[in-house]
Amino acid sequence: MNRIDTYPTHSYKNFKLHSGRPYPFGATLVPGGVNFSVFSSHATSCKLVLFEKGQPEPMAEIPFPEEFCIGHVFTMIVFNLDYENIEYGFRMEGPFNPKEGHRFDSSKILLDPYAKAMGGREVWGIPPNWEAIYPYRARLVYDDFDWELDQLVAIPAEDLIIYEMHVRGFTQHPSSGVKHAGTYAGIREKIPYLKELGINCVELMPIFEFDEFENDRVNPKTGESLLNYWGYSTVNFFAPKAGYAATGKFGMQIDEFKNLVKELHKNGIRVILDVVFNHTAEGNAQGHTFCFRGIDNKTYYMLTPEGHYFNFSGCGNTLNCNNPVVRNMVLDCLRYWVAEYHIDGFRFDLASILGRDTKGTPLANPPLLETLAFEPVLAKCELIAEAWDAGGLYQVGSFPAYGRWGEWNGKYRDCVRKFLRGDDGQVGEMVQRVQGSPDLYPQRGTTASINFITCHDGFTLADLFSYHEKHNRANGENNQDGTNDNFSANYGCEGPTNAPNITALRHRQIKNAIAILMVSQGAPMILMGDEVGRTQGGNNNAYCQDNELNWLDWSLLKTNADIFRFFKYCIAFRKAHPVLRSRTHFRGQDYMGSGTADITWHGLKPWSTDWANGSHTMAFMLCGKHAKGGTVKDNSIYVAFNMHRENLTFNLPQPPKDNRWHVLVNTGVNPPEDIWEPGHEPLLPNQSNLWIGSRAVVILVAK
Amino acid sequence: MEINLNVINQVTVITIAGNLDSSTAPKAEEKILPLARPGCKIALEMSHVPYMSSAGLRMLLLIYRQISGSDGQVVLVGLSEELKDTMAVTGFLDFFQIYPNLESGLATII
Repeated sequence: MNRIDTYPTHSYKNFKLHSGRPYPFGATLVPGGVNFSVFSSHATSCKLVLFEKGQPEPMAEIPFPEEFCIGHVFTMIVFNLDYENIEYGFRMEGPFNPKEGHRFDSSKILLDPYAKAMGGREVWGIPPNWEAIYPYRARLVYDDFDWELDQLVAIPAEDLIIYEMHVRGFTQHPSSGVKHAGTYAGIREKIPYLKELGINCVELMPIFEFDEFENDRVNPKTGESLLNYWGYSTVNFFAPKAGYAATGKFGMQIDEFKNLVKELHKNGIRVILDVVFNHTAEGNAQGHTFCFRGIDNKTYYMLTPEGHYFNFSGCGNTLNCNNPVVRNMVLDCLRYWVAEYHIDGFRFDLASILGRDTKGTPLANPPLLETLAFEPVLAKCELIAEAWDAGGLYQVGSFPAYGRWGEWNGKYRDCVRKFLRGDDGQVGEMVQRVQGSPDLYPQRGTTASINFITCHDGFTLADLFSYHEKHNRANGENNQDGTNDNFSANYGCEGPTNAPNITALRHRQIKNAIAILMVSQGAPMILMGDEVGRTQGGNNNAYCQDNELNWLDWSLLKTNADIFRFFKYCIAFRKAHPVLRSRTHFRGQDYMGSGTADITWHGLKPWSTDWANGSHTMAFMLCGKHAKGGTVKDNSIYVAFNMHRENLTFNLPQPPKDNRWHVLVNTGVNPPEDIWEPGHEPLLPNQSNLWIGSRAVVILVAK
Repeated sequence: MEINLNVINQVTVITIAGNLDSSTAPKAEEKILPLARPGCKIALEMSHVPYMSSAGLRMLLLIYRQISGSDGQVVLVGLSEELKDTMAVTGFLDFFQIYPNLESGLATII
C-alpha cells in the first residue's frame, strides 16, 4: 500500500514538493522522492541547493517553504529526483555576529551534517579545485546491504587482541602486492595475514570523511606538500571515506566498506573505529565554513562568552558535545555505524572533551558519556576512551566509565617503556600494570585497561629502541611537533646501524615489549607494523606523511622474520592460556585450594621481590587453577623480567605438583630458540635455577 | 539500455545492452523479475554492459534472491573485467555463478 501523503502539494519551478518529516535528519529516500531535513536554531531561512553529480554550478535552489518548517527544523520532500546522480547542500540565511556566536554566511553552500555519503574527495590524493563553491558534496544513498547471517562477533574484551591500523598505510606500499593498494579492498585481501598473526580485532584509524588536503605545510627538505594522512579531522560523521575505497570513484565506498566488515567478521575479527568527536575540520575562526559553522555555530561549537572558539582539542575548535542537539547527533552517528555497518566498537579520540559542559568545565556526570554507556544499540560494543584532551584534562583511571568504558592506559605505556629502558623505581608500578592496573581501576576489572606500548601517536616499537629523541623535521614544524616524553633509547647509535650487537639488543627489546604486553592482564593493543619492526625513521608524529615513512613495507616480513615469528607465537600463547586473560582483578589469595594464590610475586629468589629503587628485576607466577576466577583450568605460568644491564640467576619457584617448567620464551637466547611454538615448549633442563641474560624476558609454562 | 530475451535449450537468456544505473535499473528489474518463476533457468548476458552503478548491482542481487528463493538457477555471463572487479570488491560477486561467455554458462545450467 502506498502512503496517502506521497503526492506533491507544492511546486517550485520544475520541482514537485510536499511538506517533509523532521526525523530522521538528513536526506531519506521515500516513495517517489527524497525527504530532506536539517536543524538550525538560529537560521532565518534555508534553501536546498541541488547539483547534478560533479557539476560545479547548482541546477536548482529550492527554498524550504516557511509552512513546512517544524520547530527549528527545515524539512520538505522533493519528488522525482534521480538519487544516484545528484548532490545536495544547504544555503542558510542568518546573522553574522561572532560576539553573539553567530557566523552565518549565505555565500556558502553547506554540507548536510547527516550526509551518508560525500563526493568531492572520491579519490585519494587528487588535488582539489580550491575555487569550487561546494567542495564537500552530500550524496544520497540506498543503504540496504545483504549482510546474510553476519552478526557482531562476540569476543569478551579481555580476550581481544587489538591491531591499530591505518587503512591506506596497511597496503599502499608497492610491496603489499594487493590489487587495490591503500583501500578497504586491500585490507580484505590481507585478512589471511591478520589471521596468521593471530589478532582478533582491528582498530581502524579515522575512516569518517576527512580532507587529506587540509594541511598547508610542506616538507622543508623536499618541498613536497604535506597531507593530513591520519585524518583526525572530521568533515562528516556519517560517511565513510570514499578515498579509501577502490570503488570510491563509482560512489560505492559504502558497499565496499560494509563488505570488508562482513569479511572480517566471517574470519572472527572485530572492527573498532577510531572516532573524532572532539572537533571538526572547520578549524578556528580563520578556517573554512562548510558545514556546522554556517548551520548553527552557537549550537555545534563550544564558545567563550566573547564568542571565540574554545580549543580543548588543539585543533582550533571544540565540538559542543554536551549540548543536547549535538549529543543526539553523536548518538545518531554511533547507532548508525553499529546498525548499518555492524561496527563492534569505538575508540574516542581525546574523549575527555566529551565530558566537558558547554562552557568547557569538566562534568562529574557527563550526559553524553552516560547516554553512550547505556544506549541499547551500543550495548555490545566496546567503548574505549583516550582519557585525556589537549586542554589539560587527564583522566586515566578517573574517566566517567559507568562500568562500561575502557581506556587507553597511557600509564601502562609509560611505565613499561621506562621499565624496559632500565629506569630506576619502576618495579612497584610494573606490579600494578601487569595485573591490569588495579590501582587505577579498582572497581572496573581488567577490561578497563587497554594496554599498549605503542600507538599511532609516538614512536613505533622499532623506533622506541633506535632513537633517543624524535626526528620530525619532515613535518615542517622545525621539530617542535610531537611529544618529547618518549622514554626511548638508541643503545649507542641514533637510528639505523650495522653494529650487530646494537641490532640484536633492539630486536631483543622489541620482543621483551611484546612479551610483557601479552602476559599483562587487560586488553592488549598492537600498532600496525610493529610485528615486523616497522620504522618511521624516528618521526613520532607522522600524521602528515603519505609516503614510505608510514606505509607498511611488507618486505620487512622477510628482513625481520624473527620478530614476526615472535609476535605470532606470543599472541598464540596468550590465546591458549586463559590464566593470562582474567576479567576480574587478582585477589592475591588461594581461593581454589591449589596451594598458591592466583598471583604470586618473585624475584631473584622465589617468594621475594626486590622492591628497591634500583631494582630492575621482577617475576610472577600465575596459578592455573585460578584461571578466569577459577572457572577454567589452565597451566601455571611463570614470568621473569631482567631489565638489568647484567646477566642474573633467578631461583625458580616450584611448579605445581607433578608439573615441570617448560620454556616458551627466553629473549636472551638467539632466535629461533628465543620462543617456541605454543604447545611444543621444551623442558627446562634445570628446574631450580635459571640464568637470564641482561635485558631479557623469560616465560615458563608448567605441565 | 535494451533488454532482449531468447530461449536456448529451456534456458532464458537475457541480454542486457547499456549501462545499468538508477535511471535504467528499475526498467530492467520490471522486465526481468516476472521471469523469476519457480524452477526457472536464467542466464544474464552482460557483455554489452559497460557500467553498473550501485543501483545496477542492487537490481542484480534482487533478481538473484528472487530466483534462488524460487528454486531457480541464474548465471552471469560475459562480465567485463572491470565490472567483475567492482562486484568482487563490494561483495556482490560472492552471490553469483559467473562464466566468461554464454556457451560455458549454458553448459553448466542445462
